[in-house]
Amino acid sequence: MGAIRLEKVKKTFGTLDVIPGVDLDINDGEFVVFVGPSGCGKSTLLRLIAGLEDVTDGKILINGTDVANEAPAKRGLSMVFQSYALYPHMTVYNNIAFGLKMAGESKDVIDEKVQSAAKILNLTDYLERRPGALSGGQRQRVAIGRAIVRNPAAFLFDEPLSNLDAALRVNMRLEITGLHQELKTTMIYVTHDQVEAMTMADKIVVLQAGRVEQVGKPMDLYSNPANKFVAGFIGSPKMNFLGGDIAAKHDCHEIGVRPEHLAVSTDGGEIAATVKIAEHLGAETYLHVEADGLGPMTVRATGEVDLGENDRIFLTPEQDRIHRFDQHGLTLSGA
Amino acid sequence: MENKQTPLGYVSFSVFAWIVGLLIFFPIFWMVLTSFKSELEAISIPPSFISFDWTLENYVEVQERSNYFKFAMNSVILAVGSTLVGLVFAVTCAWAMAFNPTKRTKDALLWMLSTKMMPPVGVLVPIYLLFRDWGLLDTRFGLIMVLFLMNLPIMVWMLYTYFKEIPTDILEAARMDGATLPKEIIFVLLPMAVPGIASTMLLNIILAWNEAFWTLNLTTSDAAPLTAFIASYSSPEGLFWAKLSAASTLAVAPILVIGWFSQKQLVRGLTFGAVK
Repeated sequence: MGAIRLEKVKKTFGTLDVIPGVDLDINDGEFVVFVGPSGCGKSTLLRLIAGLEDVTDGKILINGTDVANEAPAKRGLSMVFQSYALYPHMTVYNNIAFGLKMAGESKDVIDEKVQSAAKILNLTDYLERRPGALSGGQRQRVAIGRAIVRNPAAFLFDEPLSNLDAALRVNMRLEITGLHQELKTTMIYVTHDQVEAMTMADKIVVLQAGRVEQVGKPMDLYSNPANKFVAGFIGSPKMNFLGGDIAAKHDCHEIGVRPEHLAVSTDGGEIAATVKIAEHLGAETYLHVEADGLGPMTVRATGEVDLGENDRIFLTPEQDRIHRFDQHGLTLSGA
Repeated sequence: MENKQTPLGYVSFSVFAWIVGLLIFFPIFWMVLTSFKSELEAISIPPSFISFDWTLENYVEVQERSNYFKFAMNSVILAVGSTLVGLVFAVTCAWAMAFNPTKRTKDALLWMLSTKMMPPVGVLVPIYLLFRDWGLLDTRFGLIMVLFLMNLPIMVWMLYTYFKEIPTDILEAARMDGATLPKEIIFVLLPMAVPGIASTMLLNIILAWNEAFWTLNLTTSDAAPLTAFIASYSSPEGLFWAKLSAASTLAVAPILVIGWFSQKQLVRGLTFGAVK
């Protein structure tokens, strides 16, 4: 059980407002991802929930109880750190058992819990090793093992995959998602990688400069971003933003079109452009083009497209996929 | 980093290093040699090098005239005692400075170090008077306090540089795991800092062992360590070079042995943080 509610949570360092005041509801069993550019306060927000930083003001309710002034250990949360933060002088077994020992559990209970966690995480053969003798992925699993034995109200993950190489990252992403399906425990996951956010989350919280820009399901954020920042941050490659005449035609300050929502033609279309660079990935082709009078744009075409440098092409946005923004960057409804 | 060295440069550097090493070692060597000579040979000119009558009579006489083991025991108690007391304060102090620094942490560290730059004789009179009034003169407790306070800045500095190398994440992980502050320090921080703590202890034992100014001024007999033992052979009865040498050899022997076996730790401790 772990429903978490933030009420006007505020954090200042000196005169700097890192988190000016955040309200957020996290339901029991939900996988919530905090995403945003570096320095947006997402890690700070996680550390506030963990209790590793003191809140300046506001309430943090876990299952209805305000824990804002409680010590980290009293909050019943587990955390997985970016650096794994394993105890280098202890064996894997003792790393996983440490929290249970601190809680004064009996030897039998500890052994049972450690063994079962090790089984879930495929660590049984490594229990007597020290963290130094493990690979990055194994260390990450030990860190997760340390978190799950305590049977927490919620798991907190602070960019847990950023130290792993690309292939391992995809694997661990699937493992963590699988773990969530198995344990059904609330998870809060911090990342700057919007692909991780999109693939893992039940609910994404997009943060910028300590403010919550939008909260929603991954596909909601993708289809209906609340503002230009969210529109640009979610989705890869990035959304194209176009101003001037074409925006005026849609009765707004600026329009946004995702690279995958542009039809490419060599005969004719709404926007004329010159190909600068074509990235051929096989399954799809990214065209980086210079649109006449509009500047650089990115186009994502399905499959192999036979286009190269300096080819002239025409782009036509899918009309119902155009996002309209006002001069403050807010989304205008009724596209 | 590329390090090109010509054979000639290597040889001349080695020769130079050996000369410096021998120069530093020579007084100790000469002291040990003298301790095996008779008093007459000890002052003979030209000095005899190897070809003299080797004798142990100085050592016998030194032990007869004064109780070496009593002084040695005092040295051990003072050195180890002041180091252990210092460690309790230095670990907590360095923990606070390394993991919860404020804007003024650096200033506080520098201020602590600056106290080492003051000549001790500057505070001799006030400290002597305090010791006299509080009945601490010639007590081991009083001397342990003085030696501990004298070496505290160095201990804090050494432990601080060690603790700085330990990732804060690991301590935070312990906090999330439910460790209280004392448990966090005892079960997580200290085991990870063992090399640092060992070299800090060694250096401080050596510094306290060799400390002569306060031990000579604040003790007479009960709490007198080996420094006082050596000093008692220098002046009043004229010059007895051979006995003085024997006493000195006995005084430095234990620490020399400890130092020899722990060279690695010591060098690491002293150069820590200098090269990363």
